[in-house]
Amino acid sequence: MIPVEHYVLLSALLFVIGGVGFLVRRNVLVALMSIEVMLNAANLALVAYNRSHLARGVAQTYGGQSHTGQVLAFFIIAAEAAEVAVGLAIVLALYRLRRTVRSDEADLLRN
Amino acid sequence: MAALGTAYFYLCALLAVGGAVSVVAAKNPIRCAMGLLLLILSVAGLFLALHAQFLAAIQLIVYAGAIVILFLFVIMLLGPAASTPSDRRGLAVRVFGGGLFGVAGLTSLTLVARAAETAHRVLPMPVPDASFGGIEAFGSVLFQDTLVPFEVSSGLLMVAVVGAIAVARGRQGSHSMSPAEQEIRGRAPSQDPLRELHPSGVFSHELPPGDDAKGQSA
Repeated sequence: MIPVEHYVLLSALLFVIGGVGFLVRRNVLVALMSIEVMLNAANLALVAYNRSHLARGVAQTYGGQSHTGQVLAFFIIAAEAAEVAVGLAIVLALYRLRRTVRSDEADLLRN
Repeated sequence: MAALGTAYFYLCALLAVGGAVSVVAAKNPIRCAMGLLLLILSVAGLFLALHAQFLAAIQLIVYAGAIVILFLFVIMLLGPAASTPSDRRGLAVRVFGGGLFGVAGLTSLTLVARAAETAHRVLPMPVPDASFGGIEAFGSVLFQDTLVPFEVSSGLLMVAVVGAIAVARGRQGSHSMSPAEQEIRGRAPSQDPLRELHPSGVFSHELPPGDDAKGQSA
């Protein structure tokens, strides 16, 4: 049986990789994908902790084992779908306006 | 049996890290999207190992089926413009920021790993019910305890769809543009580059004009 620490360390490693990508890459599409990587890492940690703490009936009306982490991961997936839809629409609007997908050339609000 | 589970975990972990690295490091955005797909598939595999079957299915349907495809749509729509040529401007600052984050993250990761190793207190994972993580138990929790957040999230998705359409559609005519927008557009080489670059399809401008006619007559 894999202990929960392994899952959490893998999740932290994925989060660091995604964060470095978000900071280093200037392509807006790749930056959005790096955010996806980070959110996937968070989901993995939530589900792993849920698996290691199967308290029964804590703060819920459902009588079985607690699903709190899994439900939170579910809502993160829903929020992420919304984020990607709006983010890609903004990328398209930026490309229409400035013919670029580089984040450092999106300086319409500068000065 | 235990060795099989361990091998499965390490295989999925290796694929996940490989996918994440290729998202961050690949030059071509298509390769980045494929790395993201690999990461999503292996995280779904890890969800299965963690008794989260319903969430694994959701992960495959929503991420692999919708989000990665949406990324691919946009990359194909933008064509060659989606991959930015590398230049060295501001590289030092970006690498410094990213390196600082990476070093700090990896250092804290190793510290946590060493602390977990010296603690010698590996908790046994509790035994889940047969229904744990299945669609029945998950649905019961979702519709009893988290009904209000569930409905609010449907509102969020609705607003996101309306907002995405409003942002991506653009103005239909130039007469309604504000002066500021006209000034911004004046700096760009063309009125609507999406329409100008891709008259009939993805990458169609890469073909020389004569090629198309030949293909149709043949």
